[in-house]
Amino acid sequence: MKKYTDSGKKDTRSGFGDGLTVLGTTNKNVVALCADLTGSLKMDEFKANHPDRFFQVGIAEANMIGMAAGMTIGGKIPFTGTFANFSTGRVYDQIRQSVAYSGKNVKICASHAGLTLGEDGATHQILEDIGLMKMLPGMTVINTCDYNQTKAATIAIADYKGPVYLRFGRPKVANFTSEDQKFEIGKAVQLQEGSDVTIVATGHLVWEALQAAEALNEKGIKADVVNIHTIKPLDAEAILKSVKKTGCVVTAEEHNYLGGLGESVSRVLAQNHPTPQEYVATQDTFGESGTPEQLMEKYGLNAEAILNAALKVIKRK
Amino acid sequence: MPDLKKLNDLVIQVRRDILRQVHKVNSGHPGGSLGCTEFFVALFQEIMERKDGFDMDGKEEDLFFLSNGHISPVFYSVLARSGYFPVEELNTFRLLNSRLQGHPTTHEGLPGIRIASGSLGQGISVAIGASEAKKLNNDSHLIYTLCGDGELQEGQNWEAIMYAAGNKIDNLIVTVDLNGQQIDGSTENVLPLGNLEQKFKAFGWDVVTIEKGNDLEAIFKGMETAKGKTGNGKPVCVLLKTVMGNGVDFMMHTHAWHGKAPNDEQLETALSQNPETLGDY
Repeated sequence: MKKYTDSGKKDTRSGFGDGLTVLGTTNKNVVALCADLTGSLKMDEFKANHPDRFFQVGIAEANMIGMAAGMTIGGKIPFTGTFANFSTGRVYDQIRQSVAYSGKNVKICASHAGLTLGEDGATHQILEDIGLMKMLPGMTVINTCDYNQTKAATIAIADYKGPVYLRFGRPKVANFTSEDQKFEIGKAVQLQEGSDVTIVATGHLVWEALQAAEALNEKGIKADVVNIHTIKPLDAEAILKSVKKTGCVVTAEEHNYLGGLGESVSRVLAQNHPTPQEYVATQDTFGESGTPEQLMEKYGLNAEAILNAALKVIKRK
Repeated sequence: MPDLKKLNDLVIQVRRDILRQVHKVNSGHPGGSLGCTEFFVALFQEIMERKDGFDMDGKEEDLFFLSNGHISPVFYSVLARSGYFPVEELNTFRLLNSRLQGHPTTHEGLPGIRIASGSLGQGISVAIGASEAKKLNNDSHLIYTLCGDGELQEGQNWEAIMYAAGNKIDNLIVTVDLNGQQIDGSTENVLPLGNLEQKFKAFGWDVVTIEKGNDLEAIFKGMETAKGKTGNGKPVCVLLKTVMGNGVDFMMHTHAWHGKAPNDEQLETALSQNPETLGDY
């Protein structure tokens, strides 16, 4: 099996910030808006390099989304930055009407998604944002897995015309995808080849899926690991190709099992190739305070949980 | 001074368009539309610098955003009669497969519309974004937006109002349709807005009040004053005092016609008070 190595732990939000810095020099139409979380979103460098193209809106997310929609009129490509909670639930109607329905080229960039936000607790740990965003017609939904992928995705979405939700996180996690990867919106990344079980993972759970695949390999079970970074549009072809080979699937995400990647995969399978599936996701619950590791363990979102789900789903074949 | 006779003929024709649109489909919002007819005619015929044709980016021309999207009948009529799309298309208002949706939208590609509106309170933010884009593009044209008075109860407006003053958005003229009415009654009874002039001033805006908001001359004079205040480091607010349902006696001074269409008899009465001028669609 392929070997993946962590080149040094880094936060995905820094991938966003560094991607935005690159865009600052490569694409003059890119502008950035932030709702009082410039440091948290790693937007300081863009701000320092391009003060005229950086817009501090204060703690006023609804206005930020509306402004971003307005700035597209005149050819700008606005990237908004705040926590995932305040990027989605707080401003759902603004995104729905002024961005999605109006078809505006706004990139909604959301950090601190999911449980790994940690100690701040459930008020800030949104586990419903993928569902909220994927329900909006025309919205592209991306959840990246490491620093390199987040940086590549940030740069790639500037070249795509249309609204995008880009989801990433706070903690330093393994950085294992290639530095010079070509990020293709809507295209799954095949990480491991195997014929016994498919693991479809997104975001921080991708590294965990690779660890689970190694553990399964030691038991003589070959896992097919697919990284879905784009939840919408979903790469149905890659998923179907994999499950036709393996006959069962585990989906893994840092999100509620209602409305997340797992449900999107279920829909594809139900319509095309009914397949036993297990969900590694939160089970319709809010989070709580704790360290990221503690929370991921308590809520069953780590390599061990994926391993157990795989063993379970194989028996259901 | 613009040709008032000609513009007044257009005002009367637009009133007819509004009434006929909502009557045909027995739905829509005539009250606020009639109240803002003179403002729309003045804005699109004389006040704004507009290019021929329509492109979304609208560079090197003034732009308009309607925040209170429910007054779409007046917007559609004035857009059509200003050349954005065929006047006959007003026949399709609120019908299936129409570009003239109940509330204005870019979704069907109707020329003249740059943002969807209907869910209230979002227009000023969008207008500020467009104002910032104009500044970045070194485009000295102005951004105009209209919102309802009741709409100011939405909190997003005050986020936007604070931003615009704090960031010197001085290429923006926000007009508030002060008719004192909303669906459930008068703004005073539903949720008092207080003294809007003082509120906008306290937020750092320049304010121009147009007492006779259904009088073309008063609108020109007031908007000229407002234009004169742009470029001075402050956003500009115009408080436009209008009468809901203006031009149709039984629709005036009441919130009853906010979202109600006239029946056949009422339409006839209303149209007889506004005899055809430029030709019905």
